[in-house]
Amino acid sequence: MLIFEQAAALVFDPYVLGVILASAIFGMLVGAIPGLTATMATALLVPMTFFMDPVPAIAAIVTATAMAIFAGDIPAALLRMPGTPSSAAYVDDAYKMTQSGRGDEALGAALVFSAIGGLFGSIVLMTLAPALAEVALRFSSEEYFWLVLLGLSCAVFVTPSSPTRGLISLLFGLFVATIGMENPSGEPRFSFGNLELMAGIQFIPAMIGLFAISEILRTVTATIPRQKIPRSDGHGIFKTQWKNLKKYPVQTVRGNITGTALGILPGAGADIAAWISYAISKRFSKTPEKFGTGHVEGLVEAGASNNSAVSGAWIPALVFGIPGDSITAIVIGVLYIKGINPGPTIFINDPQTVYAIFMVFILANLIMLPLGWLAIRGARPMLSIPPSTLMPMILIFCIVGAFAIANSTAGIVMMLIFGIIGFFMEENDIPIAPAILGMVLGPMLEQNFITSMIKADGDIFRFFERPIAGGLGVFTILIWTLPLVMLLLRRRKQARLAT
Amino acid sequence: MLRRTLLCTALAFASAAVAVPAMAQSAYPDRPIQLIVPWGAGGGTDAVARILGTLLQQELGVPVNVVNRTGGSGVVGHSAIATAKPDGYTIGVVTIEIDMMHWQGLTALTYKDFDFLAMVNADPGGVMVSVDSPYKTLPDLLAAIKEKPSGTFKASGTGQGGIWHLGLAGWMLSHGLKPDQVTWVPSQGAAPGITDMVAGGVDIVPTSLAEGRSMIDAKRVIALGSMSPERQELFPDAPTLKESVQSDWTLAVWRTIAAPKGLPEDVATKLGVALEKAYNSPEYKKFMTERGFGMRWADGKEATRIVSEDDATLGKIMKEAGFAK
Repeated sequence: MLIFEQAAALVFDPYVLGVILASAIFGMLVGAIPGLTATMATALLVPMTFFMDPVPAIAAIVTATAMAIFAGDIPAALLRMPGTPSSAAYVDDAYKMTQSGRGDEALGAALVFSAIGGLFGSIVLMTLAPALAEVALRFSSEEYFWLVLLGLSCAVFVTPSSPTRGLISLLFGLFVATIGMENPSGEPRFSFGNLELMAGIQFIPAMIGLFAISEILRTVTATIPRQKIPRSDGHGIFKTQWKNLKKYPVQTVRGNITGTALGILPGAGADIAAWISYAISKRFSKTPEKFGTGHVEGLVEAGASNNSAVSGAWIPALVFGIPGDSITAIVIGVLYIKGINPGPTIFINDPQTVYAIFMVFILANLIMLPLGWLAIRGARPMLSIPPSTLMPMILIFCIVGAFAIANSTAGIVMMLIFGIIGFFMEENDIPIAPAILGMVLGPMLEQNFITSMIKADGDIFRFFERPIAGGLGVFTILIWTLPLVMLLLRRRKQARLAT
Repeated sequence: MLRRTLLCTALAFASAAVAVPAMAQSAYPDRPIQLIVPWGAGGGTDAVARILGTLLQQELGVPVNVVNRTGGSGVVGHSAIATAKPDGYTIGVVTIEIDMMHWQGLTALTYKDFDFLAMVNADPGGVMVSVDSPYKTLPDLLAAIKEKPSGTFKASGTGQGGIWHLGLAGWMLSHGLKPDQVTWVPSQGAAPGITDMVAGGVDIVPTSLAEGRSMIDAKRVIALGSMSPERQELFPDAPTLKESVQSDWTLAVWRTIAAPKGLPEDVATKLGVALEKAYNSPEYKKFMTERGFGMRWADGKEATRIVSEDDATLGKIMKEAGFAK
């Protein structure tokens, strides 16, 4: 108990609390501006943490990232500009809810279930970290290959219209992912000698283009005047969430568990977690037809999932110094600078600091609720701006975001091109979500397939040789073939009945 | 406590601000300096640039802004440094990739397009295996690599043709073996490579030992050797290739601060002095050693020599291994 007291003394210090509050506001601002990511927020904080003690330094990063990831949902819901690939999974639902006057509920759900997910992930981190990190160490490229394939199968579930159109979109995304030289062979593909294309298609500008620019184009070209967004009553941010929690308890728990589990795996992470959770949610929903039309159920599950994944990523980072994402990669560096060397002994050598970090996790996820509430209220007037004023403003935000990601104008060009592509896709009822999924998972699929094949000297059965890989492989193939087998069985039964 | 610390911070910033006009009288620098990093925010090069930028700012009295220009395996950022105006207001971190990418045919840019100001860090390569590996010493491992058919062993730690791939190929060549005696499994960097090795995916990771530090401390990874002329301070148990297997092969990845070619003499001198002061500050030393980055100082002249020597060595290996165009 003494350790807890010491840890609490480290955290509940006015200076540390001040740092937490300041970095929370900083993270909220960075996250709410599309194109500025949580990773960027962390990198910007690093020079400042030089001058801090270990606990406030880590507290600043933990708080800022948790905030930034939630705040990314604000432009997603209000302007259809997802800030991260993981919030792209449910951007359509959130945006359509806003369009029908339920913006408060959408953002409230993103806020509350992000906090729940974050808290769940933190508790798992506190109690099971060493044991779970061991499991993460068993995953090699074969296992990740199957996980990515499972993730790609989600395309079927995130497609509201016909599967064929979903497939077109997915294949487009996979094609985009092949551009550039960041592939296992190191050879430039489809770059035509262009330096910028050699770097590959930058993900954030493409995503802003597909979602936000296409929306701007649609507003500009719309012949029917846009319907005025009904005003929400303003008291629904938290109240509706209690209802949602009671209505979707299973979804919440499932999202938490899926997110944490995928977050722990250094090769998977929050991006896959949100998509898989959204797909699971739709698959087991009583009303799958409502997904993608402004339904809160998927938002609840995927929102909980990506935040718990963010906490989960700290498990391999703390226990083995293995970064699960770009944020934990920076954090590991900061830990070393502060003399807290990640490793299994961290729990023995430095328990006060580790428990103080855990407390910061809990605090950060709690402080998110009031600050998020303020941010949502603060962002609301944006909806009453007439489109003729709002759209140019969004365009400016888009341009800033696309530029900021690599400090290059190529990002802006890419964003505009993808905006036009996105516009034509949606005009022809081709959903955008599967393309994003393809762009996220394409490079991982290729990387894990090629490296597995090199390791196995081309023997394809190696994908089943390792126990976890074999299990995942059989499971994936079952998911694919089960509907077919069921169909055949039913046909046979009918045929037998007919004779 | 809170107020005092805040006050101190505020004072520090204020004094930095006051220092600006005082120093600006001597012409350069009188406005912010841009420090271009050709690699992403959050990586090792970015971290070194950011601490160095903060310290340079104190030395020069003007803001030093770190700008990440990523993409094209470093080509984009390196080009941005080389093509900037040589007025001392755009400098950048030039990394060992400058000695590789022109051989690969990715760009016409070479080290000759830069004026090197200083080398601020170097990390020697190493040879790491998993703790589950049957080979516990470098001679054992080398004997097995020689004895078993080519391709039996797999190694990982960078992309195909990346610096550590060349490091491994160079080591193999120094023993008269084929550069691809050990099959290279491309990865997105050292950390995924090491993780995969511990998961049983590959046998060897030849990256810098610093990158495997947490796993070495956790007793999951053994450092069998170091590709440096002398043993590394942080890893005293890892023998050099020379003492262990009589190989002359050494390789270190370095980070230099460079400006576009044609920098005026006085500006170069001023920056060189400021960099040396920043390098010798206790903050820099603490940061680098805590992170496990190797301290290595070379002034502009010596840095240019090292860079040009490495250019020749890497070019030779890339030709022999078939990566040069």
